[in-house]
Amino acid sequence: MARRYEKPVIHRLHMGHTNKFGFASPYGAKVRKSIDGVPIEELVSRFGSPLFVFSERRLRQKFREVKNAFTLRYPHVEFSWSYKTNYLDAIVAILHSEGATAEVVSEFEYEKARRMGIPGPKIIYNGPYKPIDSLRVAVSEGARINIDTFEEIADLERVADEVGKRPKVAIRVNMDTGIYPRWSRFGFNYESGQAWDAVKRIALGGKLDLIGLHCHMGTFILKPEAYEIETRKLVELAYRIEDEFGFKIEYIDVGGGFPSRNRLKGIYLPPEVAVPPIEEYAERITTALLNNLRPGDYPLLILESGRAIVDEAGFLITTVHATKRLPDGRRGYVLDAGVNVLFTAFWYHFNVEVDREVSGAAEPCVLYGPLCMNIDVVEDRAHLPPLPRGTRLILSPVGAYNVTQWMQFIRYRPAVVLIGENGEVDLIREAEDISDIVSRERVPERLKPKS
Amino acid sequence: MKTGGKLMKLAISDEGFIFDPETGNSYTTNPTGLLILRMLKEGKGEEEIVKALTEEFGAEEEEARRDLYDFLEQLRAYGLVEGV
Repeated sequence: MARRYEKPVIHRLHMGHTNKFGFASPYGAKVRKSIDGVPIEELVSRFGSPLFVFSERRLRQKFREVKNAFTLRYPHVEFSWSYKTNYLDAIVAILHSEGATAEVVSEFEYEKARRMGIPGPKIIYNGPYKPIDSLRVAVSEGARINIDTFEEIADLERVADEVGKRPKVAIRVNMDTGIYPRWSRFGFNYESGQAWDAVKRIALGGKLDLIGLHCHMGTFILKPEAYEIETRKLVELAYRIEDEFGFKIEYIDVGGGFPSRNRLKGIYLPPEVAVPPIEEYAERITTALLNNLRPGDYPLLILESGRAIVDEAGFLITTVHATKRLPDGRRGYVLDAGVNVLFTAFWYHFNVEVDREVSGAAEPCVLYGPLCMNIDVVEDRAHLPPLPRGTRLILSPVGAYNVTQWMQFIRYRPAVVLIGENGEVDLIREAEDISDIVSRERVPERLKPKS
Repeated sequence: MKTGGKLMKLAISDEGFIFDPETGNSYTTNPTGLLILRMLKEGKGEEEIVKALTEEFGAEEEEARRDLYDFLEQLRAYGLVEGV
């Protein structure tokens, strides 16, 4: 045996064409043999594949980086962890230990935050659908409630009477900040005067304390200027409310929507170029505050950042199960993880790394998931050398939304582990088995299988 | 294995550079691909090629066979071999 085996490949040469952007090295792929010093193979042999891996070090680092960007520029800042981005107990425990409060959008998330020891006043309750039972609990426990609809104002007045407490509320406002798409379905519109009507309605009822204003413009917003416009408009509205109705606006909640270093589909440039640093967002927001606030007035600035904090702390290890040649000549790989656990694959091109050196020229290929569904495409334009069966791919960033939006469809959801700052690896969510799925099912006696 | 006459006309260098005089297209292949192309030109069959890949490169038989099918699909996609 003289030579090393390499999968046979043939490539057509294109004369006169040079690649304008060398987005991948033609030989070999990006190799990642470990995460925070723990070998990929060790993780898989202990916990199986696919496997979500979170890094405590990266998470804390990113949180502090984002937090410092704001606290260095403004004296009164609260970070409220966006539960929907990632509500695994271990992850939220880390963020709460860093001082984040809880931003929840459902009674389930509210219960989860309370369970994690977060008291009512440290919870912000958002969302377009807040069942009245959940408002009773939130008002009794003193949570801050960001109102989304006129019906919710009426519901809260009813709850105020029942509970005998004045709810502390804000209104959510949507507005034109020069970005598209505009999230006009949440809250009350600024330009049309709807937000002002909501304020008047609250004042008229006389049962709620309007103490804040909230806006959340959208997601993955690449224009920091939009936040400056948003903040200025909120401050102007706050003073108008204070002057005309006497409510003291104690907090300005500018929401989240800051991007992570992920490659959004439809954006050509790599994220290192396309995504502005968090400092730029912080600068815009705090400048808008300091330029427009009255002397001596420093209302609490609330940020609901989720993705920008947790996305880059998460990895998914997946394994090549099979290979096929597509009729158009590209190579296709069947992986053991697909869009069932990688919801964000619909809008991101992940960073794809390989767990070993693989020789051979990189070629265009498609990464398919394990579902028997045509839509199950994890990546339609990867550039990888020919990978042997069993190769592990490490996809990132996947820390935001995937472990909350994942589906139990056809397959069990995989395990999630956390690599601690001390280097220890802890299981933070067990892989599912059939009992997780059938435990709530009931078969009528007459339909039970005869044994 | 039916590969047709096209393959016989290809000029193949020792370094794996391939020229198709009919179309003017050129290709590049790696040492395992080169071995397969040479053997195909010599009229060798699947079993002989798989055996050569395992002996000369130390490949596992199952992997070599799987990769041979894949390589043939690549040749077919480029129109360098015909039929199924």
